[in-house]
Amino acid sequence: MGKMKKQHSSGIATQYISRSQAVKKLQISLKDFRRLCILKGIYPNEPKNKKKANKGSTAVRTFYYAKDIQFLAHEPIIQKFRDFKVFMKKLKRADVYNDPASTARLKRNKPVYKLDHVVKERYPTFADAVRDLDDCLSMCYLFATFSKSKSTPERILRLCRRLTVEFMHYVIAAKALRKVFVSIKGIYYQADVQGQTVTWIVPHSLPSHQPADVDFKVMLTFTEFYVTMLGFVNFNLYTQMNLLYPPKLAGEDEVNRADDRDFVSTEENLRERVFALNQSLATAMSSVEEEVQMDEFPAATETDASAVEKARQEFEQNKKIGTLFEGKKFFLNREVPREMMVFLIRACGGECSWDRTTAFGATFDEEDKSIAYQLVDRPMEKKQQVINRYYLQPQWVFDSINARRLLPVEPYFVGQKLPPHLSPFVDNSQYQPITAPVILPATGFRAPDIGQDKDEEVSESEDEEGNDADSKAQQPSRKKLRKAVAQEKPEMAVRRGIAKVEDKKKAAEQEAAEERRLAILTIPKKRKRLFDQIMYSKKAQQKEARKLNSKRKAIESEVVETKKAKV
Amino acid sequence: MATSRPSKASKRRRQPSSDQQRKADIVDDAADNLVSLFVDHPASDEENNGDQEESPIDGEDGGGHEDENATGSDASDESSEYSDDDDEDEDEVEEEGSDNEDEDEEEKADEPVVGIGEEMASKPANDSALAKENGELASSSMPSYAVAADPKEYDFDSSDEEDVRNTVGNVPMEWYNDYPHIGYDWQGEKIIKPATANEIDKFLKRMDDPNFWKTVKDKLTGQDVVLSDQDLEIIQKLQLGKLTGSGEAYEPFEDIFSHEVMDTPLSSRAPSKRSFLPSLLEKDKVSKLVYAIKMGLIKPARDWKTPTDEAEEKEEQFYAIWTPEESIEDSKSARARKRNAISAPKIALPGHAESYNPPAEYLMTEKEKQRWRAEDREDRRLDFMPRQYKSLRLLPAWNRFIKDRFERCLDLYLCPRQRKMKVNVDPEDLIPKLPKPKDLQPFPTTEAVRYLGHSDIVRSISVHQDGQFLASGSDDCSARIWEVSTGRCYKTFVMPDPVVYVGWCPKRDLMLLAVAAGSSVYFLNPEVGNKLVSSNTDHLLDKVISSDVTNAITSFHKASPEERKQGFRITVRHSKKVANLTWHPKGDFFATIMGEGPAGMLIVHQLSKLTSDVPWKKLGTVTKVLFHDYVKTEKDEEEDPADKDPYKRVILVALQREVRIYNLKKLDTVSKKLEPNCNYVSCMAIHPKGDNVLVGSYDRRVSWFDLDSSNKPYQTMRHHSRGVRQVTFHKKYPLFASCSDDGSVIVSHGMVYNDLNQFPLIVPVKELKGHAHNVESGLNVLDVQFHPTQPWVFSAGADRTVRLYV
Repeated sequence: MGKMKKQHSSGIATQYISRSQAVKKLQISLKDFRRLCILKGIYPNEPKNKKKANKGSTAVRTFYYAKDIQFLAHEPIIQKFRDFKVFMKKLKRADVYNDPASTARLKRNKPVYKLDHVVKERYPTFADAVRDLDDCLSMCYLFATFSKSKSTPERILRLCRRLTVEFMHYVIAAKALRKVFVSIKGIYYQADVQGQTVTWIVPHSLPSHQPADVDFKVMLTFTEFYVTMLGFVNFNLYTQMNLLYPPKLAGEDEVNRADDRDFVSTEENLRERVFALNQSLATAMSSVEEEVQMDEFPAATETDASAVEKARQEFEQNKKIGTLFEGKKFFLNREVPREMMVFLIRACGGECSWDRTTAFGATFDEEDKSIAYQLVDRPMEKKQQVINRYYLQPQWVFDSINARRLLPVEPYFVGQKLPPHLSPFVDNSQYQPITAPVILPATGFRAPDIGQDKDEEVSESEDEEGNDADSKAQQPSRKKLRKAVAQEKPEMAVRRGIAKVEDKKKAAEQEAAEERRLAILTIPKKRKRLFDQIMYSKKAQQKEARKLNSKRKAIESEVVETKKAKV
Repeated sequence: MATSRPSKASKRRRQPSSDQQRKADIVDDAADNLVSLFVDHPASDEENNGDQEESPIDGEDGGGHEDENATGSDASDESSEYSDDDDEDEDEVEEEGSDNEDEDEEEKADEPVVGIGEEMASKPANDSALAKENGELASSSMPSYAVAADPKEYDFDSSDEEDVRNTVGNVPMEWYNDYPHIGYDWQGEKIIKPATANEIDKFLKRMDDPNFWKTVKDKLTGQDVVLSDQDLEIIQKLQLGKLTGSGEAYEPFEDIFSHEVMDTPLSSRAPSKRSFLPSLLEKDKVSKLVYAIKMGLIKPARDWKTPTDEAEEKEEQFYAIWTPEESIEDSKSARARKRNAISAPKIALPGHAESYNPPAEYLMTEKEKQRWRAEDREDRRLDFMPRQYKSLRLLPAWNRFIKDRFERCLDLYLCPRQRKMKVNVDPEDLIPKLPKPKDLQPFPTTEAVRYLGHSDIVRSISVHQDGQFLASGSDDCSARIWEVSTGRCYKTFVMPDPVVYVGWCPKRDLMLLAVAAGSSVYFLNPEVGNKLVSSNTDHLLDKVISSDVTNAITSFHKASPEERKQGFRITVRHSKKVANLTWHPKGDFFATIMGEGPAGMLIVHQLSKLTSDVPWKKLGTVTKVLFHDYVKTEKDEEEDPADKDPYKRVILVALQREVRIYNLKKLDTVSKKLEPNCNYVSCMAIHPKGDNVLVGSYDRRVSWFDLDSSNKPYQTMRHHSRGVRQVTFHKKYPLFASCSDDGSVIVSHGMVYNDLNQFPLIVPVKELKGHAHNVESGLNVLDVQFHPTQPWVFSAGADRTVRLYV
């Protein structure tokens, strides 16, 4: 008989390690362990069998993969953490002993860790890094809005600002922007970076509330890594786009205006101009504009063919966004959020400018005759408006980008009640909200349906809806007529019987429904649960859609009544 | 006399630390003060006369001692010790013996001096108190500097001149009032009281002596003591409550070990040689540094003050880290680690409701807003309240933005991740692909006839073999015969008890109906339909029973002529209630279940012989019984070649949780046991071919057993939402039906193939609903039966109706 095997010496029990064990093993403090985990991207894992991983105990514990911790043990940053601990001790000692010379010396030799190798390690390929860019960008944008404090050192803030601007420059140069959504939480952007969809959120430019229950140190640790990562990503993106890194403006000499230069140093002027996002960047070498074509794939099956066709359409649509505002000049009023609008307009090929006194980087003046649109976000008198340009509210830009075409400008004129701004991220299969304001059929006027993609479709749908409206309008009248007839005739008369027309469609539907109901009875128990779960979520969605529909109907009828009351 | 004699003690005292010196000075001052108390003391004057030329201080010293004597203080020795600080003191020590004797004599002479205490008594009361205090003061103020003295000094310190002192100690001197002496000196000799002056002398003294007012009497020695000016000063100070010390209370502190370098060192130790030599260790270190600098190992410190350098140093340097040619070869475990990595889920993308200008239907109503506010943050479906802003400029910053990002950070590094299989299935794929009911016709679909007439729950129905008549039994104590096609009630038989079962005799050429009501089973001839059949039936029954027959368990009674008119033919009386009845397909045997509830004891009767038998006495409660005759297979014949019966006859007995199948020929052995896996079997049906059995149970299940394959159900159908009451097979069509308390009759297609390899096909084809729920009893559809020839189904319900679906 072989030797008896000891319990918990193999299998799940050895694959996982609890947090306290991990800290003990790495011989660092819990604080440092957390920082290390953040930097190295190590996260706890839920064991497949918690009890086994916990060696029979049912106590609540956080588990890490033992291999992950083993991997952490080889991290050179740990040594830096330890060095830092020693450094702090020495510094404190020097402070207490009132020894400024050694304090200065120690501060000069403060141990610093670099995260370059961690970036490479966590993202072995560039695509991996781009795929994980969402949180990175959101965090950098947030930190760029912070002011300097103990928990938010200036170096990081400056770097965040610089790198986010660089990234926006890249999106503009690559025409990579896909979607934009202004939500009450912030502005969501979606870009197509190297074939990967990257979505990030930018806070509204106003100062936001500083919560007390947030540990900024944790956020700072994340940002430390994100900054390094974004730097390398930017570098790679720029080099792939043939742009100089760090960014330099193209045609700098001619645009470097004398009046701006008077106020600030050349260096600062240059930086501010880069930050203004209003000029294209200098390329490393003059490259021939190459028209990007989609690769042709022979479709194996019919479904493949349709998928290929769909992808092609998508590709064409996306190409449109880059040239959406091509050749159009925009002028931004002071109250319009500048950075966001510049980014959006320039990413879609437009040009824009603003009042020279508000910020750096203005390229043309308000008097410019070639301005096509002026974005205004406050009430404006007709008298103040110049004749040959549209005075629009900024929402037109967002909606146009999401619709991938220039929308009709009328609903977005200054002073107009704006049509709803819809999220481009939602699949509208369950419920399609109407983008146009509610219009009564009685008035005979109908605003163009801007939710549709093609003009032809618009007309078709309009026709259909018109027909529906007609039939609905007729139905009640017919009923009334019948009632009236019934009332006119005396009681004891032979009435013409109304043939009960069997609604074949309805009957068929009922039959099908019953068949389905019976078929559901035959689902074996094993799958019934899954089926019920799926149907539960589906029904919840349907319920939601129904609720929205009924709400909309109520609102519409309310509108109708108020109009009637007015009339 | 002793000036030239240095002694050990003097040596020691001569070079004290500066601290000691200072203390000594203070002591001297104090001693001076005290000594001066007795300056005018005549005795002391005399006493010290010998010494005075040599050392005036010595005299003072002696005075000091006397004072101590007067107070009887313990500190006297110490005070003396400090008072004879001078060199001369030691000289006296040397000549202790001789001096002492002299002084003693002198003291003795002094003794008769007037007692100081008495003198004091004459003075104002406070004066005496003052004197006391003074003594105390002397004793209490002395120790403050006397403690530092070396106890060894007693060895050589002699205060011989003080031997005049009284040795009685601190006792009340009144004790000596009656004696001539006042105490004892150190040699044990009595000290005689000094002669007391008479009044005249006193008066004269007062007149003559200018110092009389400051003369006090020493209590111990009885001598007069004149207080000095200093003493008086002290007394005055005491009266005023002031400190009696000579100088200031807080004199400046003189630090002996100060930062000032003294001309002469405190220690005479010579400096070490090492302090003059350069350090070898330092030399070693310096040489190493010099070497490192020479070799370029250490670069000289930079000038850190130039700010541009610092800025450059801090600026992040980015470069191409993702170069295609550079690929790190991972170890196997590292690759596995990467493969198993679970990337964090992306943040959920916003919906329309989050827009700054959402469609109106996404905004919350007042009610929804209230509900939203009342909910906990974790429970909210939306973590924000949708709001509409008329223009972009009015849009405020989101005050939870930082918090949201922070929470995301926490999720990223604290939340345990787990890979979960997300099932991406079209729910339609989960529905088994079965033939469409349309292709499985015929089956009943619509309600055709409703048989109305019963005034209570209809418990049981039965269709005659020729398909023309339907019998029903109800709780209203009646059994009715209906015509199937018209719904007309032909006959009504009134029973003494509620009817639980009606069943036509399976023989086609008989018109015999069995009705179970109360504890009896009645056999009726309804006399409907073919008259020949009716008469034949009567004829047969007459042959069977001529008179009443009583068995051990039951009794068969022939109907009386009156009863006969009503249609009754035979009555089988049981000892208990009859719960159920089952006919043998041949129509001769029938089985009843006798018990109080729905289950009970099984009794098998034979009509032709009028016998009753309990086949299994220890079977337990039986819920249902079925008979079936198989056509024998070859295998069966091989088993029992002697048996010439072409049929294999079995009985199926449903117990509460199982169904047992017995061969009627071998009742003692169970040939098969079916396990429907339910809690309470309610009903049972056997397929006409005999190889398949349906078992319905009150726990909502209907199990299909294939007797050839297993004793476990081939399929368990959970079609009903409540307990199943009845299951039945159609005799001709591949149909079976089940009815339940949920009010539905589900007709299913149940095809059994002749090919043994092919499983039966079960497809529910129709759900028939129509019976109303009986609220009182909670019952609904209680019985369901197929028409013998047509694909029609009858159902009996608790709503007092029987319905026919075609």
